[in-house]
Amino acid sequence: MDNEVKMQAKNVDFFYGKTQALKNVSLDVYTHKVTAMIGPSGCGKSTFIRLFNRMNELVPHTSLCGKIFLDDLEINSPLVDAVDIRRRVGMVFQKPNPFPKTIFENISYGLKVNGIKDKLFIQQKVEDSLKKAVIWNEVKDRLNDSALKLSGGQQQRLCIARCLAVETEVILFDEPCASLDPISTAKIEELILELKKDYSIVIVTHNMQQAARVSDYTGFFLLGELVEFGKTADIFTKPQDSKTEAYITGRFG
Amino acid sequence: MERHLDQELADLNKLLLKMGTLVETAIFESIEALKELNAERALKVVSDDKVIDELENSIDECCLDLLALQQPMAVDLRFITMSMNIATDLERIADLAVDIAQRVLDLTGKPLLKPLIDIPKLAGFAKQMSKDALDAFVNKDADLAASLILRDNEVDKLRNLVQKELIEDYMLKDSSTVTRAVPLLLIARHLERICDHATNIAEDVIYMVEAKVVKHHPKTE
Repeated sequence: MDNEVKMQAKNVDFFYGKTQALKNVSLDVYTHKVTAMIGPSGCGKSTFIRLFNRMNELVPHTSLCGKIFLDDLEINSPLVDAVDIRRRVGMVFQKPNPFPKTIFENISYGLKVNGIKDKLFIQQKVEDSLKKAVIWNEVKDRLNDSALKLSGGQQQRLCIARCLAVETEVILFDEPCASLDPISTAKIEELILELKKDYSIVIVTHNMQQAARVSDYTGFFLLGELVEFGKTADIFTKPQDSKTEAYITGRFG
Repeated sequence: MERHLDQELADLNKLLLKMGTLVETAIFESIEALKELNAERALKVVSDDKVIDELENSIDECCLDLLALQQPMAVDLRFITMSMNIATDLERIADLAVDIAQRVLDLTGKPLLKPLIDIPKLAGFAKQMSKDALDAFVNKDADLAASLILRDNEVDKLRNLVQKELIEDYMLKDSSTVTRAVPLLLIARHLERICDHATNIAEDVIYMVEAKVVKHHPKTE
């Protein structure tokens, strides 16, 4: 695996109160690759992905041991600003969550919050981001309409565009297609494959087939442990661990 | 909508074309080696087979990955599964070209038993049917594939003719001809088997294009 490491988890334990959700997980996320996390409900995969942009610290009574790096930066170090981490490591959730604002404002908001005032720059950035998220042609004539009028699939691509506008480096997808129909799902999957040329991507999915289709690397989680991690083609054709084999062939449990 | 899968299918297609071209060359070279009784050419067919074997492995791996990772459906599924079948048939054809080359090595240094008349005709069938099978695959041409299947009977007749002549006119009459007759007998058999594999490919092409199973049916419509 001679890839450049973009993010790295080192010996991570994570607790909700006294319940241990992650046990000594170490994993590398490679630059310009799609890394998928699969595993049954409650295995810790969503908890794990949320560590990459410090979303878990918003949950009370949680604690973390171990280290997480973005490039060489240890993201939980007291000197690091969580907001800056969340700009560099964007997140797209299961349910599309556009702001109750116009399509344009959804994208420009992040830029304005980051202190950018140049209107021409903002306009250009909005257009570029919407184009990259392959939604521009569908919304270019109604940028001032409410984002809530868009379909679920369009809202999800708008949320992706919102990440792209603020020059994110890593995009975390937490079940991005769980609430979408098959056509919208296919569009998001194609988009993920396009985006990996410029970004590093981590995706959590219940849909094993989706992990197989879009990812370069796959990690299988079970009961808070990373059971197996490797190239997706290897995981799905010749897994090394019998637990991984049982899960991906549906013999689990 | 352009799909990511389309690029991967195009890559698989390229691998099969590359293998097909090498297999056509192997048949051509083994037949030329026979015509010239050229040991050097025959040996090259034997040594070049390694590349074809490796390509078969690459195609199998590519197909397995596509099946496991992309969950192909309908025409995509038929294309991938038939690609696996076709790669197997192409590899067997290449092995038969190697078998012919090895029989040529048995024959070199001895005078030919008889002028070759029907064997070159059989070789012509083997070359043309393999080429047509590959063309039918590339162009997704079910009509060409169907026409190819019909030629197989003619090949069988020709092979029987060669066999009858060698056994009855030479081996039974003069047992000292056996060492020169048997390699020719085997070559006729190898050429006929090449045509059988080309027919298999044609049947797979029809299934790939029209989703119609014509295998093991005595006649195609």
